[in-house]
Amino acid sequence: MKSKTLKVDYLARVEGEGGLLIRIRDGEAAEVKLKIFEPPRFFEALLRGRKFSEAPDITARICGICPVAYQMCAVHAMESAFGVRVGEQLRALRRLIYLGEWIESHALHVFLLHAPDFLGYEDAIRMAKDHPAVVERGLRLKKTGNELVAVVGGREIHPVNVRVGGFYKAPGRRSLFPLRERLERAREEALETVRWAAGLSFPDFERDYHFVALRHPAEYPLNEGRLVSNKGLEIPVEKYEEHFVEEQVPHSHALHSTLKGGGEYIVGPIARYNLNFDRLSALAQEAARSAGLASVCRNPFKSILIRCVELLHACDEAIGIIEGYEEPEPPALATEPRPATGYSCTEAPRGILYHRYVVDGGGLIREAKIVPPTAQNQKVIESDLREFVTRYSVMPEDELLWRCEQAVRNYDPCISCATHLLRPRIVRG
Amino acid sequence: MVSSHHYPDEQSRVLVIGVGNPYRSDDGFGLAAARQIEKKALPGVKVLKESGEGGALMDLWENAAAVIIFDTVQTGAEPGSIHRFAADSGQVPEDYFHYSTHLFGVAEAVELARVLGQLPPHLIVYGVNAKELSPGTELSPEVAKAIPEVVEQAVRDINAFKAAKQPH
Repeated sequence: MKSKTLKVDYLARVEGEGGLLIRIRDGEAAEVKLKIFEPPRFFEALLRGRKFSEAPDITARICGICPVAYQMCAVHAMESAFGVRVGEQLRALRRLIYLGEWIESHALHVFLLHAPDFLGYEDAIRMAKDHPAVVERGLRLKKTGNELVAVVGGREIHPVNVRVGGFYKAPGRRSLFPLRERLERAREEALETVRWAAGLSFPDFERDYHFVALRHPAEYPLNEGRLVSNKGLEIPVEKYEEHFVEEQVPHSHALHSTLKGGGEYIVGPIARYNLNFDRLSALAQEAARSAGLASVCRNPFKSILIRCVELLHACDEAIGIIEGYEEPEPPALATEPRPATGYSCTEAPRGILYHRYVVDGGGLIREAKIVPPTAQNQKVIESDLREFVTRYSVMPEDELLWRCEQAVRNYDPCISCATHLLRPRIVRG
Repeated sequence: MVSSHHYPDEQSRVLVIGVGNPYRSDDGFGLAAARQIEKKALPGVKVLKESGEGGALMDLWENAAAVIIFDTVQTGAEPGSIHRFAADSGQVPEDYFHYSTHLFGVAEAVELARVLGQLPPHLIVYGVNAKELSPGTELSPEVAKAIPEVVEQAVRDINAFKAAKQPH
């Protein structure tokens, strides 16, 4: 019996740190464990007893990469509890700040975290020595996203301007104009990026996934919509916990999510794209087709290409929002707390993020539930690895290990989100 | 909007960045140290508090003449021990900062900026070795104790930057 163990003690270029253990026996992956360390659900506990209005700022601290996603989920959940619906311009402004975060997050992942896997570099620093123009383009795109978040949100990281009911202060029409120009340049660069990513080489690997994403009647999904899948799921977000369940697994402290009776599923850009291709802007659809993507993609290694298509869509839609923007008056609707439960599901850069809050008549949070996208993808990451290793077990070990890490990064796993916090291990040498 | 392009004192353009997460015990060190500098209201010094995402840091220090960063590290050394790295005298050890939320963090940002020729003329990273990174809002006594010394050293650095900038 031939047996070997592949072990990566901590995964580089994954947000946060996780360990990966793969045991191969007779050419099959006998064991795959993505190890994530999770303490008790700190943030959910921290929120209990706090005012409803504090939820956006507190949850924004869960992730340094996608604070806007947490804020958007928190404000929409509270508004659903209090029966508040914001008007057209506030909706648009929320889309705009969220698109800014998508641009930041996707540019970071595509250029600085995932591209080195495809181009054969250990990290972006080494890649930048040979491909400075590629890295600089990524940083410029990312910066445009940062600027968008800063102008609407008040700051790039942990935007302070978002509140339940709207914004503390709405940006003036004129303050958005300079962004329009930058976004037009970014759109050009995003288009070039799609073409560049189309030229990468992708391992031959497809699976029959269960894709889950939001779907909106008219828009590419961000803050609103129903939860749908390619296998018949179609529910309002309030029903999330009736259909999805979190379970503890022994090797990881993070909770794994599954569909009740349906097992593993996949969220994120590839699921969004497959379920919402027709909602992408015309330019993004055309770029996807020219890049050789069909309207459904089952190769997770092509998620980098889909992220590029979403980058393009985000720039394109943001320009449209700025063109049609009128300062909302007032910048926030009044919110009167009442005893209620509020639900929200939004599309974070890495996939659906779910929040539920139980609030009392004094506006204090009695219960909070948060399910981040990476927790939902954990099962599928492990099964991708199992199948990949089995199919390519003859690969030299170095290359196999490289591909396994790349396969984990297909999901842009935000381990700090999934675990809320993790205890690091420093490995030297 | 936060802009890295406006400094209280255009000549010195000194930027202090505290990096960390206030909900992760000792990971709040950088923010706490930055608040101490802020309290001193040093003329010509801008103070920011950030989560430590590398790309954002590179944008922030774009036009700075001198940058000081405070962050938590995990080196295996005594909790509360102070580590100082000057970017112009060698690499920032990536491993030291790998505990943070972001794997494209402080060390990566410094080294990528070096490769792309985007390092500010002076950049110093102060790292204090963490004891506790579990959820919580309090610094461990060891790390809290290190703050006055780090702040004092940083103020000396700031004064040295400014003195070097004075016309002769």
